[in-house]
Amino acid sequence: MPRRLPVLVVAGIIGLAAVLLLPLLSPSLVTLLALILAKGIVVLGIIILLQAGQVSFGHAMFFGAGAYAVAFYGRYVGTGDMLLYLLFGAVSGGVLGLVVGLFVVRYREIFFGMLNLAFSMVLWSLLEKMFHYTNGADGIRVARPTIAGMAFTPEGFSYALLYLTFAIAVAALFIVQRYLESPLGHMLRAIKSNETRLEYLGVSARRVLLVGYVVSAVLGGLGGSLVAAIQQIATPEFAYWTKSGEFVFIAILGGAGHALGAFAGATVFEFVRFYASAQLADAWQMILGGVLIVIILLAPAGLIGLLARHRGAEPPRAA
Amino acid sequence: MNATIAVLAALDGISYAALVFLVSVGLSLIFGVMRIVNVAHGSLYAYGAYAAATIGLAVAPISPWLTYPGLLIAAIGVGAVIGGFLERFLLRLVYGRDEALQLLITFAVFMILDNLQRVIWGVQPIFAAVPLQLLPNISVLGVGYTSYQTLLLPGVAILTLVGLRYFLRRTLAGAVILAVTEDREAATAIGIDPHRVFLTTFILGAVLAALGGALASPTTSLLPGIGTDMIVLSFAVAATAGLGQIEGAAVAALMIGLARALAIYTYPEFEVLVPYLIMVVVLLLRPQGLFGTARMRRI
Amino acid sequence: MPQVLLSARGLVIRFGGVIAADGVDLDIVEGEHLAIIGPNGAGKTTFLNMATGYLKPQAGRVEFLGEDITAHSPRTITRLGIARAFQIPQLFLDHTVIESLLIAAASRAGRLTTMRNLHALPERDEMVRLLALVGADDVAERKAIVLPEGKRKLVDIAMALALRPKLVLMDEPTSGVASSEKFAIMDVLVAALDAQGVTSVFVEHDMEVVERYADRVAVWSAGRIQTSGPPAEVLKDPTVVSQVIGI
Repeated sequence: MPRRLPVLVVAGIIGLAAVLLLPLLSPSLVTLLALILAKGIVVLGIIILLQAGQVSFGHAMFFGAGAYAVAFYGRYVGTGDMLLYLLFGAVSGGVLGLVVGLFVVRYREIFFGMLNLAFSMVLWSLLEKMFHYTNGADGIRVARPTIAGMAFTPEGFSYALLYLTFAIAVAALFIVQRYLESPLGHMLRAIKSNETRLEYLGVSARRVLLVGYVVSAVLGGLGGSLVAAIQQIATPEFAYWTKSGEFVFIAILGGAGHALGAFAGATVFEFVRFYASAQLADAWQMILGGVLIVIILLAPAGLIGLLARHRGAEPPRAA
Repeated sequence: MNATIAVLAALDGISYAALVFLVSVGLSLIFGVMRIVNVAHGSLYAYGAYAAATIGLAVAPISPWLTYPGLLIAAIGVGAVIGGFLERFLLRLVYGRDEALQLLITFAVFMILDNLQRVIWGVQPIFAAVPLQLLPNISVLGVGYTSYQTLLLPGVAILTLVGLRYFLRRTLAGAVILAVTEDREAATAIGIDPHRVFLTTFILGAVLAALGGALASPTTSLLPGIGTDMIVLSFAVAATAGLGQIEGAAVAALMIGLARALAIYTYPEFEVLVPYLIMVVVLLLRPQGLFGTARMRRI
Repeated sequence: MPQVLLSARGLVIRFGGVIAADGVDLDIVEGEHLAIIGPNGAGKTTFLNMATGYLKPQAGRVEFLGEDITAHSPRTITRLGIARAFQIPQLFLDHTVIESLLIAAASRAGRLTTMRNLHALPERDEMVRLLALVGADDVAERKAIVLPEGKRKLVDIAMALALRPKLVLMDEPTSGVASSEKFAIMDVLVAALDAQGVTSVFVEHDMEVVERYADRVAVWSAGRIQTSGPPAEVLKDPTVVSQVIGI
């Protein structure tokens, strides 16, 4: 356990350095880095659920909810402030998470996964087809908000948003790590190893899972609001099943045993997509698919697991 | 909602259900026997469609009637080759691993195949409607419709259903498959090689998915994304019926197909919503599906 | 008159053609250490399952301190003050021993909303002492999955005791423990239970353990409690000897 604190600090320093220095090399990286951090926040939620041994194949619904909360505000009220958007993102994710969670925490394994998928597809189909409200498949544009009351030039905005996203990612990582090391976090992991025993200790596994579920939903909504601001658009695809699959993919790629896996996976995923799209035209999906297969076959504890093994430490539990 | 609309909706629903059934039953069969959710099933459907279109466009100038065997060849070719390759060289490496990891591997395969599909066939719509246009239109209760969609598609679906039932219940190979489904360990103990069974089952499921795609290709223009939509829809049907249920998949496909068609003619915004809403409601009330047996333990 | 803690009346449960319980009547009195003996596979564990809400009997009722708990869940029954140690130890394989006990302590103390590290709980010292009591403090930092069978048993019992229950139900507490250590462990265990006024019921096959530590012995046979009484009497009863102890 004490071993982990230096790791997080080291990771934080590397992250800070990357965020401050990489854009000096190539300004196009500003948006990419922000996207990586935002997606990493969402995948933190997936990793929380994986601690309980459950895989959600519908997490995109919270991502989409957060993004559209921002988009709807912009469309029906007016452009707001990023801090307000973040609040909307987190709250819409949390409320949806509570409502759906009350139903899904009664199920486990494939049934849990299927029910989550079903709910997310319901949301997607509403976003896709309720044209009058959602603009359908084209999505809703999101105008540049102010950040903490300050207006920015387009270029300044992307830098400011990057730093804000970094701060949120660090905060989220810190909070999630503390949560996982608290009694509730350990009980969440106990669901995976022996749920019956947990019940025989007087703990409601459902309630423990619900807390984890709502936390992960808040993270999903938060990430969604960030991505909507970064890409300046919210589309129904944010809630589609392939997006949910992408989040699970990133979790496994990075390593589902440790919260840092979310960001490690997002980094590799987005960098490959970015450079493969640029250089190899349309082959990034094939490359990433191949990478995932290799990881599953040879390194199921993900990149973090590989790193831990390399350092001689015991790799965190795989999914 | 007048009578013509009702008949149109019913015919739409039935022909659509026939296609969805073919894909879902393969998915269900694979899950029932191997406990793997095959996300690449949608790619098999898409490849079956594209292959059928390619063959069809090539042979139609020679004789339009050749497009029919072309459909069959596309289905069997895609199913046997891709399905066989997948099972033999990839899935076999992850048996016994966590079910979520097995699913993720099929998701990775889907990503690769989806990309490859765009590389091979491009992103422009492909239209190969000869098999549909060749057959006459018929009149059902005063409403005109293609006999391809009203007779051939449901016909193939029914034949498949009956054939599967016969195969599973009346043949030795089918009995072996059922044995492995019911109790893999016991079946291994009496000398059944589960790997042979898995290969056969996976190819069978893959061929059915490709057949669904091949038969669908004359009815629509082929675009990237048809596989992506179909996998989640067929999964909704299979889960609603209960994963592993063969006859149940037919009922669920019909139910969802008709409900969707009804929505198209009444409240079109809800067309896509209907299957997933049904899935949510059914899974909440009966997580094992309409026809599944309750195996799940709930605390 | 010592209070009746748990009382079972007319419990019946059948699995297909097998009658696991055929009208079980049993009173468990406060402060006693009751041993339940009987042939293997006769339904004793099923009885514990019914008493703790894991299985619902098809007929009959279970009462705890006068309250009907027949339909309650294991979680509710645990919170009422009944703890259970299992025949096959039920552990959190991915957690260390001390972490598992701390989870139990956190549940007991209601420490669910805190963001403090599990290891910083005030109950930590108490759990370390509890581990020492049952003889498992040497494996406190090991993950449960690497423990040998005997240690697993002890950890399982410790987890039940961590809840500070009024009544603890133990299913074969000394099986898997080396016979040279059985008495040592039972000495300490029973002394600790007495010190805290915890009532115990243990299903046991080792008649020496039964003889030494049980205040009362209940004989399970053919799906019901056939007789009960002090060990000296019951263990010498010829029908008991032939039916249960079996020579």
